[in-house]
Amino acid sequence: MTRPLITATRDGLACERGEFVIDPWREVETALISHAHADHARAGSQRYIAPHSSVPLLQRRLGASAVIEGVHYGEQRSFGSTTVSFHPAGHVLGSAQIRVECEGDVWLFTGDFKRAADPSCEPFESVSCDTLISEATFGLPIYRWPPGHVVAEQILAWWDENRAAGRPSVLFCYALGKAQRVLAELAALTDRTAFLHGAVAPLVDIYRDAGVVMLPTEKVDLRAKRRYDGELVVAPPGASGSTWMRRFAGASTGFCSGWMRVRGNRRRRGYDRGFVLSDHADWAELLATIEDASPTRVLLTHGRTDVLVRYLRERGFDAAALETSYTDGDGSVDHEAEV
Amino acid sequence: MLRFTRLYAELDRTTSTNAKVAAMARYFAVASAADAAWALSFLSGRRIKRLVGPALLRTWLTEASSHPSWLVDECYESVGDLAETIALLMDDGSHEGATLDVSLGEFVDEHLLTLRRLEVEQQQARVTAWWTSLDAETCFVVNKLLTGALRVGVSQTLVARAVAEVGDLPRDVITHRLMGPWTPTAEAFEALIAPDDGSADVSRPYPFCLAHALDGDGDLDETLGATDAWQAEWKWDGIRCQLVKRVGQIFLWSRGGELLGERFPEVIAAAAELPDGVVVDGELLAWAEAGVLPFSELQRRIGRKTVGKKLLSDVPVVLLAYDMLEQDSDDLRALETSERRGRLEALAREHPQAFRLSEVLDGRSWDDLAALRATSRERRVEGLMLKRRDARYDVGRRKGTWWKWKVEPHTVDAVLLYAQQGHGRRSNLYTDYTFAVWSGEELVPFAKAYSGLDNAEIGELDRWIRKHTKERFGPVRSVEPQHVFELAFEGIASSKRHKSGVAVRFPRIVRWRRDLSVEDADRLDDVRRLAESVS
Repeated sequence: MTRPLITATRDGLACERGEFVIDPWREVETALISHAHADHARAGSQRYIAPHSSVPLLQRRLGASAVIEGVHYGEQRSFGSTTVSFHPAGHVLGSAQIRVECEGDVWLFTGDFKRAADPSCEPFESVSCDTLISEATFGLPIYRWPPGHVVAEQILAWWDENRAAGRPSVLFCYALGKAQRVLAELAALTDRTAFLHGAVAPLVDIYRDAGVVMLPTEKVDLRAKRRYDGELVVAPPGASGSTWMRRFAGASTGFCSGWMRVRGNRRRRGYDRGFVLSDHADWAELLATIEDASPTRVLLTHGRTDVLVRYLRERGFDAAALETSYTDGDGSVDHEAEV
Repeated sequence: MLRFTRLYAELDRTTSTNAKVAAMARYFAVASAADAAWALSFLSGRRIKRLVGPALLRTWLTEASSHPSWLVDECYESVGDLAETIALLMDDGSHEGATLDVSLGEFVDEHLLTLRRLEVEQQQARVTAWWTSLDAETCFVVNKLLTGALRVGVSQTLVARAVAEVGDLPRDVITHRLMGPWTPTAEAFEALIAPDDGSADVSRPYPFCLAHALDGDGDLDETLGATDAWQAEWKWDGIRCQLVKRVGQIFLWSRGGELLGERFPEVIAAAAELPDGVVVDGELLAWAEAGVLPFSELQRRIGRKTVGKKLLSDVPVVLLAYDMLEQDSDDLRALETSERRGRLEALAREHPQAFRLSEVLDGRSWDDLAALRATSRERRVEGLMLKRRDARYDVGRRKGTWWKWKVEPHTVDAVLLYAQQGHGRRSNLYTDYTFAVWSGEELVPFAKAYSGLDNAEIGELDRWIRKHTKERFGPVRSVEPQHVFELAFEGIASSKRHKSGVAVRFPRIVRWRRDLSVEDADRLDDVRRLAESVS
């Protein structure tokens, strides 16, 4: 058997022949970045390569001095003896699957991805490969997502209900990606202004600069003695229970995440409403991606790898789990948003 | 059904008790009496006798979902609720908005309860037809009715509040009418909200008055005032109960609304000499000549519907009475504690064999009482009860009239050894822990605990458990012995049924002892000695 092209090392998913590391969790020379979330984009590497549309997000996370080189989706680049290209992953703005080819052997790292329509980022693209490295965050068949526009209607109905009752609606969602997706989905239904937490606002600006159409927004003014009755406020989950929440007395609270599909998660968190909206693939999307890529081997990085590995093996795939430091994102207990 | 499903969703979506009561009141106001009766029954936690067992449902689910059975099991383990697992797995997005076109009462009477008369194949056909045709929300509620209680964060107290609002009656009247057996029929619901005519079911007990835990650290002169305003008694570790004697019949009620008479025939026999129209509040205790026996002895009697002669003589049970709620068929609850106590003492003098009287403790000062409390453990009591002498007998747990002032619990430092995912609101988090102590070089599991950590600690421990799993045994994971926790118990006793040789009551986590290493955990011998010293 040939040496694997990509292996999980102490640095990250390393490609020796290409002399780069994908989404490294330590400082390396050349880092290929799938998307700008904290567990995939860590500071300290000498140079970063990522799709153009993710560069402003990465610059913000990694610091102004970080050297980040933008590439076009589909553009072929040589690294060592390998050829690399980035393909849209549909996870957040500028997110990518990373395709690595060497002597006819094609590997694809999906990063975090989803296939469902999302007006705030580039749509997922199917890429075929020999070895697929996929996530499995929601690797159980209980996870099935309603379409984003349906969830947006539910959010609007909740907002309307609170407006009628004179209450603020505070919606907690991951500051990068989910917040902008919600604002973009809602823009198809209303043109009312949404108010943003300080951690969300600069990211909304970056999305807007990239041409994503969203609701008009205003930052929550920390000094003004303004009331937010009837307004929609978008905040990261970390703001829940903080003193920042005091200005929204009597608010109804909602939370957007794939984990909200399960009632126990909704209830445990104590939010009034849980909206099932995820930027990860659900069970059917995971299977469809594997089918489309038609790999001979599947490696799974995080989530319910145990379940999906067994399921794939029973269906004749060569499948295994890969130890990584990526977390079960989507605002799970592990993954409270800070950007 | 649509209306009830919506009510369920509304209750599930809010954490505000006022909003819950309002939602239920809106439902009760428009629902037919038959629907309201069933809704009340389910919402207050009553369940119908099991129609289909969970194992069968899982088999049907495996067939209907066309997933391998191990995958269905993984899903169930992750969700922690069978009704919900079914709804999630059967929801393929194709039956949004498909609900049941019959009322709740009709559904239960004609579709659900009639399952009992069908053969298994017909049962499966009917039940899986619901699964494949209903939207996820309706499917979930139907499964909940099929499998047991709703558990939607509503207590009987809240349901009673809502019914009281609709019937325009005092809440206590509704609570009282809901005590004892209650059959969900249209007539029963109508009777529940009928004007108060003073007549009541002969067996019906009164709602129990419950105590709040007293934080004894503060200055009691300041928080509770003068000692002599309070009646102090021992806090016994038994089964709270009410003895009702009316028109020649005797009923012994547990707090959970269960009739206990059959299990404790000696208590019923002793009460035979009491006059009619009497209700006494007290505690069942295992009591031999030498005094009260540990709770673990009483436990031997709890599980038995019928008691043999040997057990009856080994573990005799008495009713220890501490309050009197009815006399000559008059409701005494509005009288002051001291007045009710006087009447109870008089009753005990007239009928000395009918029950034991709870002793009123003589303490002139809080210091005197604290000194008495310090002797609790050797007396096999849990501490003191303080009842305000001028208070009426309240319904439920109202602050300020009854306090329980318990002794500090036993504590043991133990090592986390196994973890399992929780259920309900703790599903897909590892929250059910098994702890071990040292026996020689070996760690021996001796207690399970579920509560005591805050959400941040639960999250942190959950992540640690996932990363440090040694082995999996079905839903249980063994973890590297690394973390030490201080556990507290109400009671501890020798046990032949447990590998460790000890059984603990109400174990809970007091704190995560990050300052201790595994070697610092307690030894089984010490734990056993603790058991011997108290039993």
